[in-house]
Amino acid sequence: MPETNGHDAPRVGFYVCHCGHNIAGIVDVAEVARFAGTLPNVIVARDYKYMCSDPGQELIITDIREHRLNRIVVASCSPLLHEHTFRVATEKGGLNPFYFQMVNIREDVSWVTENHDAATHKALDLVRAAVRRVAHHRSLATKHVRIHPDVLVVGAGISGIHAALTLANAGKKVTLVEREPTIGGHMAMFDKTFPTLDCAACILTPKMSAVKNHPNITLWSYSEVSEVSGYVGSYTVKVKRKPRFVSEELCVGCMECIDACVYKEGKTPDEFNQGLSKRKPVYIPFPQATPQVVLIDPDTCIEFKSGRCKKTCVEKCDRNAIDFKQKEEIKEIQVGTIILATGFKTFDPKRIPYYGYGKYPNVYSSLEVERLVNASGPTGGDLVLRDGRHPKTVGIIHCVGSRDRNTNRWCSRTCCMYSLKLAHLLKEHSEAEVYNFYIDIRAAGKAYEEFYDKLLEENIHFIRGRVAEVTDWSARPEEEGKMIIRVEDTLIGVVRRVPVDMVVLAVGMEPQADSQDVRRMFNISCSTEGFFLERHPKLAPVDTFTDGIFIAGACQGPKDIPDSVAQAGAAAAQALSLIDAGEVELEPNTAYVVEESCSGCKSCLNICPYTAITRDETRQKAFINEALCKGCGTCVATCPSGAIRQNLFEDEQIFSEIEGLLQEKESVLTGGGAWRAPA
Amino acid sequence: MKLPTPPALRTTVTNSPPRMKTVVRRLKFESELDLSFGEHVAERAYGQKLLSCIQCGTCSATCPLSHYMDYTPRKIIAMTREGFKDEVLNSLTIWLCASCYACTVQCPRQIHITDVMYALKREAIARGFYPARNPIPVLAKAFYERVRHDGRNTESRLLITLYLRTNPFKMLKEAMLGLHLFLTGRLSLKKEKIKGMKELRKMIDSVEPRKEAVPL
Amino acid sequence: MSYLYFPGCSLRSTGRPYEESILAVFRKLNIPLKELDDWNCCGATAYVSIDENRAFTLAARNLAIAERMQNNGNAGEDLMAPCSACYLVLEKTQHYMKTDEGVNTEVTAALRRGGFDYKGTTKVRHPLDILVNDIGIERIAKAVVRPMKGMKVACYYGCQVVRPFETFDHAAYPTTMDRLVTALGATAIDWPMKARCCGGSLTGTIQEAGLRLNRALLKEAEKRGANIILTCCPLCQHNLECYQKRINRRFGESIHIPVAYFTQFIGLALGIPRKELGIQRLFIPLKFADPPTKEAHAHA
Repeated sequence: MPETNGHDAPRVGFYVCHCGHNIAGIVDVAEVARFAGTLPNVIVARDYKYMCSDPGQELIITDIREHRLNRIVVASCSPLLHEHTFRVATEKGGLNPFYFQMVNIREDVSWVTENHDAATHKALDLVRAAVRRVAHHRSLATKHVRIHPDVLVVGAGISGIHAALTLANAGKKVTLVEREPTIGGHMAMFDKTFPTLDCAACILTPKMSAVKNHPNITLWSYSEVSEVSGYVGSYTVKVKRKPRFVSEELCVGCMECIDACVYKEGKTPDEFNQGLSKRKPVYIPFPQATPQVVLIDPDTCIEFKSGRCKKTCVEKCDRNAIDFKQKEEIKEIQVGTIILATGFKTFDPKRIPYYGYGKYPNVYSSLEVERLVNASGPTGGDLVLRDGRHPKTVGIIHCVGSRDRNTNRWCSRTCCMYSLKLAHLLKEHSEAEVYNFYIDIRAAGKAYEEFYDKLLEENIHFIRGRVAEVTDWSARPEEEGKMIIRVEDTLIGVVRRVPVDMVVLAVGMEPQADSQDVRRMFNISCSTEGFFLERHPKLAPVDTFTDGIFIAGACQGPKDIPDSVAQAGAAAAQALSLIDAGEVELEPNTAYVVEESCSGCKSCLNICPYTAITRDETRQKAFINEALCKGCGTCVATCPSGAIRQNLFEDEQIFSEIEGLLQEKESVLTGGGAWRAPA
Repeated sequence: MKLPTPPALRTTVTNSPPRMKTVVRRLKFESELDLSFGEHVAERAYGQKLLSCIQCGTCSATCPLSHYMDYTPRKIIAMTREGFKDEVLNSLTIWLCASCYACTVQCPRQIHITDVMYALKREAIARGFYPARNPIPVLAKAFYERVRHDGRNTESRLLITLYLRTNPFKMLKEAMLGLHLFLTGRLSLKKEKIKGMKELRKMIDSVEPRKEAVPL
Repeated sequence: MSYLYFPGCSLRSTGRPYEESILAVFRKLNIPLKELDDWNCCGATAYVSIDENRAFTLAARNLAIAERMQNNGNAGEDLMAPCSACYLVLEKTQHYMKTDEGVNTEVTAALRRGGFDYKGTTKVRHPLDILVNDIGIERIAKAVVRPMKGMKVACYYGCQVVRPFETFDHAAYPTTMDRLVTALGATAIDWPMKARCCGGSLTGTIQEAGLRLNRALLKEAEKRGANIILTCCPLCQHNLECYQKRINRRFGESIHIPVAYFTQFIGLALGIPRKELGIQRLFIPLKFADPPTKEAHAHA
């Protein structure tokens, strides 16, 4: 069927939706339909119970054919919900889908007032505006962008690893970029995992080696993304590969260079062990590190500092892998989609001075304790304190840096469960008397409450109350040499002083320190607390407001391993659905340059938030990349010579809409007053 | 160990707030607690899983007597497992428990709270942790003696013993009720006794008394 | 159908009308009862407060005697215990002998010393359970000669008959007695305190608390239009009836509601003379909403 010519005199079909009682309960829909029928160009005006239903859409399609309509206006809900539905119906009727205009009389009218008269009045104004506007609509073509099938995954903790493996197993080429010298993230540091108590390394290391060995995954550890440009389907990413001073191709991870180092003992706090042990200038984070490649820290290596080291490491390496001249490299890759899985950082307990972290040596953060009870940790799993003692009593303080307006307001979701786990492990390692000081126990995951139930019976104390202070002020001889935890036992109603040998601070989860830089680089948003913002908290939890960029794991908010893995899988699936579709449809509401009016002044170049505008130097004119343009209209408003216009927001469309709104001034200004139906 | 002075038992119920007399310390030092108390009581209550209590308070809300108690049943469990032995064994709560089992059937952790209360009563009696004239342990002991002696309980004699030992004045107060019962044939002074007394005593005596049980 | 009968100490004193009415009703229904040979105190709640294993031993002797009698010509006869406290202690002893090894070992050894080899086969039953579930409401209804029309009954179960074991009825909302009295022609009022505790022996010890519990029960029964409260436990009956005067005096109430045993009520409906049911022993005289029918008079 040939498309109806939009240049013929407008013949408008108008439809108002009851939306059950949602609209019809407040707005007099029959009056709206009657009124629309009186407006110029309107050929058909109807009201119907549910316009979005199949019969509702059928009304539009039939009317277009029978009444030779060439414009459609529907007054119903938000365009976010059903604009697409009605555009499709318009197209099925044989019109270009952009000859359609939607009026929101639900979210904008019936849901925001209880005054029937005012609501109906406002609906009439909006309808009049839309009917006038739609006369100026033009036929537009949707544009399609091809999706590059390769994917970038940023961050190789459990989320990034899982997302990369899912994509790679689906046959997609993945570049996995990790900032640290090894992949594995926080999970690699943990001892055991709740609620099953299986060892973190046992379940994680197979996935780490799978990443390393997967033919579809390019693993760049000790690397950071430095620049991102492009748009959905076609991103160009620059990755900075930091020098390890050891060739990744040659090193086999035999670690003989470490033994051979002129330093007999390590002198630098070991990052992986949370500073509980020392490492040498040449080191590997932990025995199962992936890739299994050592690296040299130039800040502490004598060769870098003085250039006069005996270089015993070089002598020892028979593969000649050590290369002091290695330089930073910038790699550039093309991908179609990006998954951000940049993780979290733990709360710095020094920020709560009352708990004595950094002051009393035997106050630990929970992450430190993970290393301390770990068989491959600094003490080989022996629970020995910084002062060399074995604790007889341990106090675990929950909610450190969580649920606290002085630090972080949010619940970190994982601390209750890992505190329970640590309580179990500490008891197992030391037979100490273990106290948990908690505000609430939040054990909402699968099998979590059962884990809590089990722990309750392990003779661990649960004292409900937020600890006020940890001090070494002993009030009685038996408290001498102990740290005293002062807390109200809110269940019993007394203030208690609990003397302990070891304090564990269950620190909360925070956004990474550089999350703001990362969000700017990838052009996504953060929620107020700094975690990456999802497109919809319920219905689009791994999408962002930038097409083709997805988020997974704790960079989106505090999350435990099961939830992180689930999100990583979801993000991979979202990326796959784009890749398998092959191309993506773009809304044609983009800006365009009327070249004869453009003076080439460059005013628009810097104000574009999507870097969609460049200057065509040969023609001396602005050029807008439609794939990058999001239709925000900033350039349209900025252009001093009015050379930039925008599809679906043409001047005549907007002005006629405004005229329509203001035609009956009184109605707009008086709002709730009695209204006159125009004759 | 010196036993704490038992507080006088208050049996009048009042809604007026207690008057402030002295400043009382409400801070608890860990060394004042008996950390083995919870396990000890649980063992006496047939291994009841006191530690699995989630402090929801269903027991207190379902108990018809909790509003007369100094500590609600929930609090008694919290204090028992945290080792607040003196407070628990001195509390009126354990004597107010009438063994109606309402808490037991509703407990979401299936703790047999009534049995825990029994265990606490036994513990308090054995350790002498109750107000001197608290009639409940006196009644329990009198009952015990009566049955050990006759194999059955003669209610009239039991009550006389109870009042003599606690509050002889109260016997006068109850005399009218006793008379009424006597006149309707519902109170007999005739001693009930079983034939197999020798065999019964042999059986009772063969049961090892709990080590903390006081000799009677 | 026949049963072994464990009266317990209360039914020989304050609960005498309970025993009289039970015996009369079972006789009327032709169900033989045989009193347990040389039974002893059940062990009761007070005893449990001193030494639970000795209390269990007392209860177990009764269970063992019952088993012995079953083996000697009384095969298959359950042990009926009408007092709630006895009923529960006997049941509880069975329960812990089955579930707790320590209790089982010690009590079994004590029984042996008394010459008993107890296998644990005795079943403890409450007369309410027997009347409704064994004999059956239909059979009882057929025997009614004086329908209890106009009687609005607050059925009061107390605690230990239904808790904690819920052997034959719900722990908080039991209905057995309600169904029974309905079959007798009476109206059972619905009230939420059917199984709320009467305080047990608190009326004799911490009396203030005990009286308050009973006041709440009595007031609610009256408020809901009951003209009689029926109980199935001697202690409940004693508390609710004998302390009414004192409750009125203490709290300035004017409660006046008869409290009888459910077996007395059945007996009346079956036309058994009042004296045989111990009605004259009640403190608060039992009056009927309707005058008795001629039939009933003739029968008496």
